[in-house]
Amino acid sequence: MMRQIGQISQIRRANYQPIIGLEIHIELKTKSKMFCGCPADHFGKPPNTQTCPVCLGLPGALPVPNRKAVEWTIMAGLALGCQIPGESKFDRKNYFYPDLPKGYQISQYDQPLAISGKLGNIGICRVHLEEDTGKLVHVEKATLIDFNRSGVPLMEIVTEPDLTSSDEAKEFLQNLQRIIKYLGISEADMEKGQMRCEPTVNLEIKKGNLTVYTPLAEIKNINSFRFVKRAIDFEVQRQFEEFERTGIEKQAGNKVTRGWNEQKGITILQREKEEAADYRYFPEPDIPPMRFERKNIEDLRKKLPELPEKRARRFIREYGVSEYNAAILIENKGKADFFEEAVSYARELEKPPGTKAIGDWIVNKRVDLAKTSPENLLKAILAKAGAATLDDSELIAAITSVLGINQKAVIDYNNGKEPALMFLVGQVLRRTKGKGDPGQIRLLLEKELHDDKKR
Amino acid sequence: MKLNELTIKEAHEGLRQKKFSSLELVRACLGQIKRLDPKINAFITVCEREAAKEAERADKILGQKPTDISARPLLGIPVAVKDNFCTKGLKTTASSNVLADFIPPYDATVVTKIKDAGAVILGKTNMDAWAHGSSTETSDFFTTHNPWNFNRLPGGSSGGSAASIAADETIASLGSETAGSIRQPSSWCGTVGFKPTYGRVSRYGLIAMASSLDCPGPIAKTVSDAAILLRIIAGKDPSDATTSSYAVPNYLEKINKGTKGIRVGVAKEYLAVAENEIKEAVLAAVKTLEKMGAKVKDISLVDPKYAIAVYTILQRSEVSSNLARYDGIRFGFGREKFGQEAKRRIMLGTYYLSAGYYEAYYLKAQKMRSIICRDFEKAFKDVDVILGPSAPTTALPLGASKDHPMFGEMMDILFEPSAIAGLPGLSLTCGFSAEGLPIGMQILGPQFSEELLFQVGYAFEQATDWHKRKPKL
Repeated sequence: MMRQIGQISQIRRANYQPIIGLEIHIELKTKSKMFCGCPADHFGKPPNTQTCPVCLGLPGALPVPNRKAVEWTIMAGLALGCQIPGESKFDRKNYFYPDLPKGYQISQYDQPLAISGKLGNIGICRVHLEEDTGKLVHVEKATLIDFNRSGVPLMEIVTEPDLTSSDEAKEFLQNLQRIIKYLGISEADMEKGQMRCEPTVNLEIKKGNLTVYTPLAEIKNINSFRFVKRAIDFEVQRQFEEFERTGIEKQAGNKVTRGWNEQKGITILQREKEEAADYRYFPEPDIPPMRFERKNIEDLRKKLPELPEKRARRFIREYGVSEYNAAILIENKGKADFFEEAVSYARELEKPPGTKAIGDWIVNKRVDLAKTSPENLLKAILAKAGAATLDDSELIAAITSVLGINQKAVIDYNNGKEPALMFLVGQVLRRTKGKGDPGQIRLLLEKELHDDKKR
Repeated sequence: MKLNELTIKEAHEGLRQKKFSSLELVRACLGQIKRLDPKINAFITVCEREAAKEAERADKILGQKPTDISARPLLGIPVAVKDNFCTKGLKTTASSNVLADFIPPYDATVVTKIKDAGAVILGKTNMDAWAHGSSTETSDFFTTHNPWNFNRLPGGSSGGSAASIAADETIASLGSETAGSIRQPSSWCGTVGFKPTYGRVSRYGLIAMASSLDCPGPIAKTVSDAAILLRIIAGKDPSDATTSSYAVPNYLEKINKGTKGIRVGVAKEYLAVAENEIKEAVLAAVKTLEKMGAKVKDISLVDPKYAIAVYTILQRSEVSSNLARYDGIRFGFGREKFGQEAKRRIMLGTYYLSAGYYEAYYLKAQKMRSIICRDFEKAFKDVDVILGPSAPTTALPLGASKDHPMFGEMMDILFEPSAIAGLPGLSLTCGFSAEGLPIGMQILGPQFSEELLFQVGYAFEQATDWHKRKPKL
């Protein structure tokens, strides 16, 4: 009987499809905060050491928008294929929370900086700019507030509900993170809270001829890519089970907010009737509306770096690297830049190694970019390349000669003294002036010594 | 003449010529405050010791580098500041119990500017709590009395600043206006009040009432004093994104150019609202200007009664958001300390902005605001300035505002249209009622026409003696 129910579930499971939309917050790494001159870099700073009347929301203080943050948000919008409307404005989102000093958050409501974009096949609904809140620190019997984070520029990206699996969500986020880092506008480190993701999940279920939807759930408190996947997976399963049990469908006003509990690996109900919240948005009277000329937008577009996907395609086309290696080379901007620097350095050489070989080397050898320079990398490749051009006969001649001169080492080796072999490898390399692959020399030596012994 | 009765101009000259010291000047004002303020209640805080110290410092500068006074037009001159401007280290309450013990860690931009010009801050003046009102009766502390008649209201919300000027308790003062809060008390107290173009003067450090309308401005004894003060406090402020980079002229330069050829519009809709006595005084003023060469023209404006609705909706909406920060968590006291008027405004504004009502109220009001702006633009194609009554009545008896939640809006009916449009307006005395109370008239102009308004006002002041009359105290 039990088994039968399980089977029915399996069958039904094939008839539902998760619908996932993402809301992503990214802290911009501008020098100063969104609306005042305090430093925006707050991670690990002593509490309340980076505050002023503006970000503390003191009486009479006024916000002055950070131009850089506005430009960067537009650039992010452009990188995500968005349209940039000629006019945008800030709005007040009114709500009470102890970490929100003014009693409202300056955000953008109906005129975001960027709209209607696409990343891969996922639609981008909007990109807007707002301010981060302070941070509550719960200690025994008290809650403390740290306002260092208050007013840090926060870019919000909202996708269309185009994602259908947790894997797709994770991949999208990694892709997005890479683009943001390429733009150089944020470190977008999820663990540090520089990038936060709130997926909204529900299911489309086919019941005979009917299609029904489960209530929307927005999931908060996720701080890694891994947990995005796990939280969505849990929520999908939970919603399916809940629907089987209750049959409750999505309707106006029954969206819920759930919190991801990392320890237990589950989502927990935080708030019901999420849509009932009334933020009483109205245009921020302290900040005049923003107008952008086409030329301003095009100037910003020109500032965009080559984005990872495009760069990978170019690496394949221009440098002949494999699709697989290209994907690894563009993983981060630093690595891709390193590769291209090595390529351009190689071009100045008389006998340069092939561009594909340089790429292969970086990928296969897992080169630690922090510990080498493009120049040194090329030296290493050339040494190896030199070895490859060394005739086998030259190498054999060198080995025979070394073995003849170093009889003591041969005897030592035959008596089981392993280090003697390394000594001989070194001697061969010395004779070939560094040409030749040490691994190959070692193999040839061993064979020779073994044959010797047999003789 | 007593030193405390001097204008900025006279005090400045006296100090320059070393006829008296700044300390003597400050002491004269402090003496008047000590003598009269128990009856008038213009001040919430009097900085007796600090003011004397600042005066001594000014005297030192006057002694050592007498040329400094040319660059610092307020050097050694006492100024009273409305208590909604943040003053570093000096209690700033907005006349609300919520902020009864609030000491700001920073100066408002206008305070910095007058300090840089050498001013001695004499104290902080009473107002309607949070500037919500036109009487000072909503002050959580006490009501200010009109120096012309202690049984009358001084008007508001800058009632303390206007009363302190009228009673010669200070040489100069700063007020703020959202819609009438400078001009209405000026009209009731017989002072000169100037409400500048929105964005002409920085709001940074002014405790916000309705942010899209708030405007700091001078309340003074003469038109030229108001011009001196405005020049000091006006200008682009990097801390206020709504300030304009429009150049600030020296308002004194063209102030005595007269009114010859200036086209003065008189709106029948405005005259219709005012009491007869006021209407007559204003029409007499029009005649005076006409005699001096002004070209008078009857004009028609949108009935000011519509402005009341627009203003009420926009202002309450912004108030409800601006007062949200007073939650008692970081400074001041909790929400239970809000007075009735503030609570009413918070509730009404919250309602206007609520989902489902926003379009019907706030958005509609914004549309009406555009209509009023266009109406003025149209009018200013035919005339250079518009002249009309300030407040529709002279100073009303104490208690008049009680139980009238819309008291302020009615008193400010003739200021609301120009405030909504962000226009500058100058209020000055143009006569006295049979009861001996001052009657105010206002001169309105297009945005950034401050210079012209001072010019017309100054010409009128020179041609009349109203400003020379003083209350018997």
